Parts: sequence; structure tokens; C-alpha cells
Amino acid sequence: MRALNITVALAGLLWVDVASAQHARVGFGTPATPDQIGGWDIDVRPDGWGLPQGAGTVERGEKIYAEQCAACHGEKGQKPAKGFDQLAGGRGTLASPKPVRTIGSNWPYATTIFDYVRRAMPFPAPQSLTTDEVYSVVAYLLYINDILPKEAVLNAQTLPKVRMPNADGFIPDARPDVDDMKCKRDCQ
Amino acid sequence: MTISRRNVLRSSATIVAGGAIAVGLRKAADAAPPDVPDSMRSLGQPVLSPPYGVPSKFEKDVVRRLREPRATDTESFSVTPLQNLHGIITPNGLVYERHHAGIPEIAPSEHKLLVHGLVDRPLIFSIDDLLRFRSVSRIHFLECSGNSSTEWGKSGYHSVQRTHGLISCCEWTGVPLSTILDEVGLKPEAKWVLAEGADAAAMTRSVPLEKALDDALVVYAQNGEMLRPEQGYPVRLFLPGFEGNMSVKWLRRLKVGDQPWHTREETSRYTNLLPNGKAYQFAFEMDVKSVVTFPNSERTFTDKGFYEISGLAWSGRGHVTRVDVSVDGGATWQRCMLQEPILEKCFTRFRLPFVWDRQPLEIQSRAFDDKGWVQPTRASLIAARGTNARYHFNAIQGWKVAADGGVTNAST
Repeated sequence: MRALNITVALAGLLWVDVASAQHARVGFGTPATPDQIGGWDIDVRPDGWGLPQGAGTVERGEKIYAEQCAACHGEKGQKPAKGFDQLAGGRGTLASPKPVRTIGSNWPYATTIFDYVRRAMPFPAPQSLTTDEVYSVVAYLLYINDILPKEAVLNAQTLPKVRMPNADGFIPDARPDVDDMKCKRDCQ
Repeated sequence: MTISRRNVLRSSATIVAGGAIAVGLRKAADAAPPDVPDSMRSLGQPVLSPPYGVPSKFEKDVVRRLREPRATDTESFSVTPLQNLHGIITPNGLVYERHHAGIPEIAPSEHKLLVHGLVDRPLIFSIDDLLRFRSVSRIHFLECSGNSSTEWGKSGYHSVQRTHGLISCCEWTGVPLSTILDEVGLKPEAKWVLAEGADAAAMTRSVPLEKALDDALVVYAQNGEMLRPEQGYPVRLFLPGFEGNMSVKWLRRLKVGDQPWHTREETSRYTNLLPNGKAYQFAFEMDVKSVVTFPNSERTFTDKGFYEISGLAWSGRGHVTRVDVSVDGGATWQRCMLQEPILEKCFTRFRLPFVWDRQPLEIQSRAFDDKGWVQPTRASLIAARGTNARYHFNAIQGWKVAADGGVTNAST
């Protein structure tokens, strides 16, 4: 197979029917081992695919939040510092003139909180929280949004089952949705 | 309308050049005929001054700027000075920036691109690997979906850099993403590709496989040189015509899946909230749009007579077929000349000869593309989407020109 690849590559170099090489493998790259992939594979999907083993509690999350998150996002996710996201409250405001977009009012999936906190928070030191700490922060954020009770425990099994208030708030792109967005006459 | 400092300077320069008050002012005035300029009486700077060339010091005001202050300077963005650009290419140092957690410094020798998920052969590519693939170069615009987001309301911005500067246009060089996906081999269930950056936001977006196999690129160069750090050095994704944040910079990982990931950047951000409280999700294409870039609030009509009204048009769905300009606030329209080349998902420069008699104007432009889309009015866009959509504002922009030439935003 490698000999064939080299032949194809040479054919390309000689400008012989380069197009035929388009769908032929050239053999670049090195195989990725499961261990290598595991170190980088941090994404989490709404169905729970990607959630790691571990667990977190509201109580522990409250402490982490106070130390790592509250300075920007405000106590209990309310009244954030200027320019930072409010994380709680705002329920029922999306259709109002001044929507308040928070986790509780806007985010459709609880798994996305885990994914985002794990990859990007806390802002100055991303990927510094342990798995259990991330689960705990997520539990606390859901608690202050009245989505989980104080005694809730989050793990890979329970997190994907959390139903968010705005789960049905997103619709597909409906363009053209504006009256004069598609040309109707005298278009050329 | 207050007279800008720049205009005052320009007026003084005109007077000086006319010889009216030449004595005791700038020596440069001596450069006008019949005097022989200093530049011809002594040798200039040597070669390699400096080794990597920079613009003339007289162009020092042509720079990216903040549109408005942000809470941090790392989760922030800067805007391109469209008012100073010519043609369709944005110089690398003026390409707008949008970072979610700052600009990482990445050594290309250390950087890796992992491609895995629903593939036959998960592979890790080095930058050297990527440089060995058959490459393509294409000229495309890149537009932040928040470009002109200020115009949902009444921004008070009179500078086209602020209202429309979250867009740039470059020649991008790299490898078709389809080539890389061929190399790893897609499983039959593959439908989406997650792209992830190596920055402190680990910026992540789900890309439909259809786009990945169409014209998506894995890019390492822009305008003939390796990517600038703020543009994703050493490698980024590039999705022609799609909202800019999806062209994930500092690309470190592509994961193939059978459904989207619904990341934060495609749920709570970069979705378009409607008046009924629902939001468009996965609204990818940047709609057809145009803006007049001359005259502008910094470079105005200064005397009556001939001018060339000029601007930029683009469409994320195809190529621009037509641009009309109105000087009477949209009551009547004139067809503009489109400057070659006219390319897919690329800036097209339009021009309209115009004779100004110092009368007040409201200049507008509207663009059409080859897929039948046309730039809507602000009123109809807002009638359909309200004013809280944040992203994908592509309405017709008006500029008022006062009798003194001053340019202001017509919607304020």
C-alpha cells in the first residue's frame, strides 16, 4: 500500500493526471493511539457522549464558585461585573425587549455547561479544575437557576437527563425570513 | 458636524501647497514645483530598512481599532479600517481580530492536528505534514457574524470601521478539508465535524459534513505568508462564506460525529434571538451585504466637483452580481461598476462616478448575489427579526453627507 502511495505522489509531482490523486491517500500523518486521543478528547454532547467518570455536588460547587467564578459572574450568578455574563435568573425574558440571557433562561442543554466550563473556565486559568470540580460547579449553576435541588449529585448518568427550561428555544435557520431579502423583480 | 482634526490638517496642507502662507511652515512645501524636493538631493534609506517592510510612517493612523471598550482585552475584538482600504485585499496587519481568550503563542514544530471520531484511521498531522499536501489558494472574505451588530439599534457610530469593520478579505492558502478527511477515511454515519482551537477558550464549533466536504480549507497562509498569530498561526479552519467564528483558529482537533455538539458558541452565543423568544441556531451563511467606504467620516468630499463613490460588497452564498447606489436616501438608484475580479464569497469593489455640488446627500448601497439574494432595508430586517438578534445584520447602510462634506450614520 505504501509503495502505491509513493507512486501516486510521484505521479502528482510529474503533473500526470493530478486529479486522480485527489481521493488517494498519500500516507501523511501518524496513527493516533487511544491514549493520545484520550488526552485531548474533551468535548461533551447533549446525549452524554464524552462525559467523564466522576461526580459533583451543589455544596462543593458553591465553594468553588465563590473562589473561582463569583468575582466576574457575581454572587449566585446575579449582578456580574460589568461586561461579564449573568449566569442565573432572567427566566421568561427572551421574548421581551430586554432579554436576559443566562444558563437558566437561555441554555438548551446542561451538558454544554460541563463542556464549556471544562474547556474554557475559570477565565484566567482554563482546564485547571478537576473533573469532580467541574461536575460540582455545574451542579451549583443548575441549583442557582432553580433547575436542581440542593442535594443533587451530578455524574455522567444524571447530567444528560437534566431538562433545561429553554430546551425548545432554538429553531433552524429560517432564512429567507425578511420581506425583501430575495429578489422578486428587476434582479439582473 | 464638527470639523475633524484631519480635515483641518488637510485644509492647511492645501493652503501651503497653494503658496499662500508657505513661509515658516512645513519644509515639505518646497517639494512643489518649481523647487526640487529634498528627496532628490540626498540618498534615501538603505535596503532592508527594515528587513520586514512596514507601511510609511505617514500611514500611522491606518490601524485596527477597538469598536468599543470590553471588559477584558483578551475576550475582545478589533475592527478593520475599511475607510482606508483600496481594491479587495486586506493587508495582514489590518485583518480584524476576534479572540475568545487571547492570542496563543504556538511554535509550529510543536503543534499537532488530531483528526478522530467516526473515521477509519485516527491520525495526528504535524504542520510539516499539512504543508506537504496538495495546496490551494483562494480569495475569500471573513466576516464576524457580529459585524454591524451595532446597527440593530442606533449605534451613534459614524465610522465605517466601527459599523462594518468586522470583516476582511485575504488570499488563503492551505489544504482542502476534504483531502484530510479522505486521508482518515469517513465512516458512513459521519454527518458533523467538531473543530477545536488550541487557545485558552478551546474554541469549538460543529461544522456540517456537507460544508466540510465542499469548500472548507485547513489554512496555514494568508496573503502569501504564514498566518499571523492573531489569525490562527500556525493553522486554522476556513469556511468560506460562513460566520467567522466557525473558522476556528489555532486548529488542534477535528472530531467526526453523527450529530452536532451544541457547544456554548452555537447555543448561548452565535444564535439569533427573535421577538418571539425563539432563536435561529446553525444560521451559517453570511448574507449578501455592501457598504460605501468612500466618502466616510474620515475621508470626506472636500470641494465640489468630481468624486468616485466607492465601496465593498460580498455574499457568503456566491458572488456579487450587482450593486446599486442611491444618493437620495433610497428614492432612486444607479447601477455601479463592479471591479474585476468578481469572485465567490469574496469582496467585490464597486464604484460610481459622481459630481458633488455641495448638496446634502444620503448615500446608500444595496447588493445582489447570483443566488437571488438581495440586501434588505433595515426596516424590513427589523420587522422580521426584531432588534435582539445580535448577529447577521446585513441591511442597507445609509451615510448622510452634509453640505460641508461631513459624513454621519444615517440611522442615528
